[in-house]
Amino acid sequence: MAFAAFGSAPAKEHKTPTKSGKIVLALLMPGLVYLGLFFFTPLMSLIVTSLEVPAASGAIGEYEYGFAWQNYVTVVTDYMPQILRSFYYATVATLIALLFSYPLAYFIGVKLRSRPMLQRMMLVLVIAPFFISFLLRTIAWKQIFSDGGAIMQFVYSTGLMSTSDHFLGTDAAVIFGLTYNFIPFMTLPLFTTLERFDVRLLEAGSDLYASPAAVFRKVTLPLSMPGIISGTLLVFIPIAGDYVNASQNFLGSSKTSMIGTMVDADFLQTQDYPLASALSVLLMAVIVVLVSVYVRRSGTDDLL
Amino acid sequence: MAIDFKPSGADLELVNVRKDFPGFTALQDMDLHIPAGEFFALLGPSGCGKTTTLRIVAGLEEPTAGQVLIGGKDVTASKPHERPVNTVFQSYALFPHMTILENVAFGLRQRKIEEPVKKAMDALNLVELGYAAERRPQQLSGGQQQRVALARALVNRPALLLLDEPLGALDLKLRRQMQIELKAIQMEVGLTFLHVTHDQEEAMDMADTVAVMNKGHIEQMGAPEALYERPKTAFVSKFLGQSNLFVGSIVDSSASSLSIEVGGHKITVPKDRAEKQTGKICIGVRPEKTTFHRTKPNLGSDHVVVGPGEITDIRFTGVSNQYLIDIPNVGDVTVFAQNVGISPVIELGENVWVSWKVEHSFGLSDLPVGNEDE
Amino acid sequence: MKRFSVSKLTLPMYSALAMVFLLIPIVYTIAFSFNDSTKRTNTEWQGFTFDKWLGVCAKPDICESLGNSLFIGAVSTLIATVLGTALAIGLVRYRYRARGAVNLALFLPMATPEIVLGAGLAGLFFNAGVGAGMTTVIISHVVFCLSFVVVTVKARVQTLDPVLEEAGRDLYANPNQVFWKITFPLLLPGIVSAALLSFSLSFDDFIITYFNSGSVETFPKYIYVAAARGVPAEANVIASAVFIATILLVLVAQINGAIKRKRLLKK
Repeated sequence: MAFAAFGSAPAKEHKTPTKSGKIVLALLMPGLVYLGLFFFTPLMSLIVTSLEVPAASGAIGEYEYGFAWQNYVTVVTDYMPQILRSFYYATVATLIALLFSYPLAYFIGVKLRSRPMLQRMMLVLVIAPFFISFLLRTIAWKQIFSDGGAIMQFVYSTGLMSTSDHFLGTDAAVIFGLTYNFIPFMTLPLFTTLERFDVRLLEAGSDLYASPAAVFRKVTLPLSMPGIISGTLLVFIPIAGDYVNASQNFLGSSKTSMIGTMVDADFLQTQDYPLASALSVLLMAVIVVLVSVYVRRSGTDDLL
Repeated sequence: MAIDFKPSGADLELVNVRKDFPGFTALQDMDLHIPAGEFFALLGPSGCGKTTTLRIVAGLEEPTAGQVLIGGKDVTASKPHERPVNTVFQSYALFPHMTILENVAFGLRQRKIEEPVKKAMDALNLVELGYAAERRPQQLSGGQQQRVALARALVNRPALLLLDEPLGALDLKLRRQMQIELKAIQMEVGLTFLHVTHDQEEAMDMADTVAVMNKGHIEQMGAPEALYERPKTAFVSKFLGQSNLFVGSIVDSSASSLSIEVGGHKITVPKDRAEKQTGKICIGVRPEKTTFHRTKPNLGSDHVVVGPGEITDIRFTGVSNQYLIDIPNVGDVTVFAQNVGISPVIELGENVWVSWKVEHSFGLSDLPVGNEDE
Repeated sequence: MKRFSVSKLTLPMYSALAMVFLLIPIVYTIAFSFNDSTKRTNTEWQGFTFDKWLGVCAKPDICESLGNSLFIGAVSTLIATVLGTALAIGLVRYRYRARGAVNLALFLPMATPEIVLGAGLAGLFFNAGVGAGMTTVIISHVVFCLSFVVVTVKARVQTLDPVLEEAGRDLYANPNQVFWKITFPLLLPGIVSAALLSFSLSFDDFIITYFNSGSVETFPKYIYVAAARGVPAEANVIASAVFIATILLVLVAQINGAIKRKRLLKK
């Protein structure tokens, strides 16, 4: 839905012809088989691994099949701080991204309709951060907000913060980084929806005695819902699983670890595959629930 | 697969064609024969199945049952690119990524015909668009695009040319002009044209034979005048032009005519113009064949007289005036009177009698909706 | 009576400030690619120089990682574009009963956090006995690029009137010719957009790659590891070059499109 913004012409509805089943299969099968093999099977594999028990041999990294449901209990008890923190970060970052992006998307999508060239240019600028490695973007912020950098020096000199406090390594820094990195994912779907918004509806609202604020609340906002929901899903979900921003080498510290940090640690360092898998499955389950709620409300046609 | 391209048109035959879609039947019992070289019009309201028929002939749809024969050859199982048929689409369907010339040359190239560019230019010159050969379709007006679509189809000299309401998007003046041009081209090139339209004037003007379709089958087929002067069903009588219809049981029958009784009046039809000759029948007459009289006229048995009735509506359409007369126990009767004078000849509210010649009556094979026997 | 309303200016001003904000790290990164840094950490400005641009491969491994990323990007884009275009055409053009399920199946990879996908794929390869390396990276990249390709091409397919293909068949083109002479040229802009998107996603990917690449170095991996001790200016050079190249590509495409449109309007 977001990426319809990349399409070069508005989508027109044409009748879907009832064509022969053979061609459909030939077109859909390769891609679907690929996904079946390399997307759904790994997910199944995660579930299986999450239930494994340590091997009888006791060797590190060796596991056997089992039904160790207690792995999930362990995950929830041990990792509750990270789980809560991840969803807390995701919620706050998503909200800020929404508040930041909406006026911007409105400006580009509605106000700039009369100047398509400018509209396209601004759209390119919005996705421009995309084109610089996301790791370097984050490092740039890290260096900008470092204690010795100009901003912090200014903040220290005005007494807003004492020199023993830092910005980096705090929740705020991580949320800042997460928000920044995912703004394009919020702006694009909003833009797509607002670009199709019929401005005459605003005139109709005013004609029917509604104040600008009321028109916004009762006309613009409800009609931009598809974009808002699409953007929210596209931002909330990856943030919940992110760990780069929160890592110590970037904007975080040992106190800002997220779900991803734990999965990385368990998987690649302590080789505790069942635990890492259980945590991943848990995260995925929450997301599937969120997506199902959306699908039940709006159907599957708008997903793609 | 060798396609047989006759130098002139081929005939088309549809035998017992049926087309079912999920939920409804678009065509049933479609039997059609179009002789070679004829300009044939398929006329009907939207949803009657005329476009479906066209698509089946083109090969873009498969019939659920029945056969399609072109030039005597059964092409029912052939794909569109294997049939000597070309279509002028309603939306023109010009390829936006090719120039006009490339569009017209497309079919020739696919068939590996020699000198495609030269032949394409000839076709463009035929429709007077040679000067636009290097432009893209988006740069042309609707009328110009329509002519390119025509050239693109014609250049392939198909045995059968299908036209799917090609003049629908054009304004009146341009449409009239294109009708004349299309007919001229058809006669000059000698191809068989199958023209689908909902515009009855267009069909009657251009076609040698008109078939009126309703709800998936052909109700009546024939030369335009025959269809107009002697409609056989209530639908045709109302769809093609306007009609005054009278329903009643037969009360009198002579060697040459039948009469029904309606509201105290006797309405007569010649037997050779009556489709149904027993029981309750419907007799009709075209409004332009009727005349009104201020006093009860004294005419012979070769005329039908009804009245008196009050004039309840007068409409001025330039060429004629249309009068609506309400005759008690009979209903509304419409009279068309040509404007031969300047001042109005009659006023609203006046009482008049209406008459027409018996030989202008026609008898339908069915009854109008709402008048069926119990 | 003209009223000068402040509110009319706030939105454009806000947007301008927002844009500036978004571009700060980009400016920073590009600026520091010119830093004459001698220390390992490229954090203090020591002077302007082109040296890093000229000698970008001076640091070991960095150009190798760039080469790997480019190669992986190219191959995964190729595979994802072919599979994705077929899927997009199938989704739009044909009626089939499992439409809802297929939509969902294609949406989920976009909604799955990288950590879940990365760990899952790593587990799968491990269980299958396939060692992590170039093949596993490419396979993984195709998985997450596929859905984005489908979405982008699908939008383009929806603008394509099926009657054009019918006209092609009417004009003696068999299905193969119809696809290559009519469908494909008209879909090309969408396919190209999708390919660019896929390449960008693949080039910039870190988490999934980290879990599934074994010893193969990619550019993001290099940076992640280097982040601990200090990212050299040469990395900034590469990132800036990629950025400028992409922006130029996009600008050229936009201007090209605009020129074409202007030409078409001249009747």
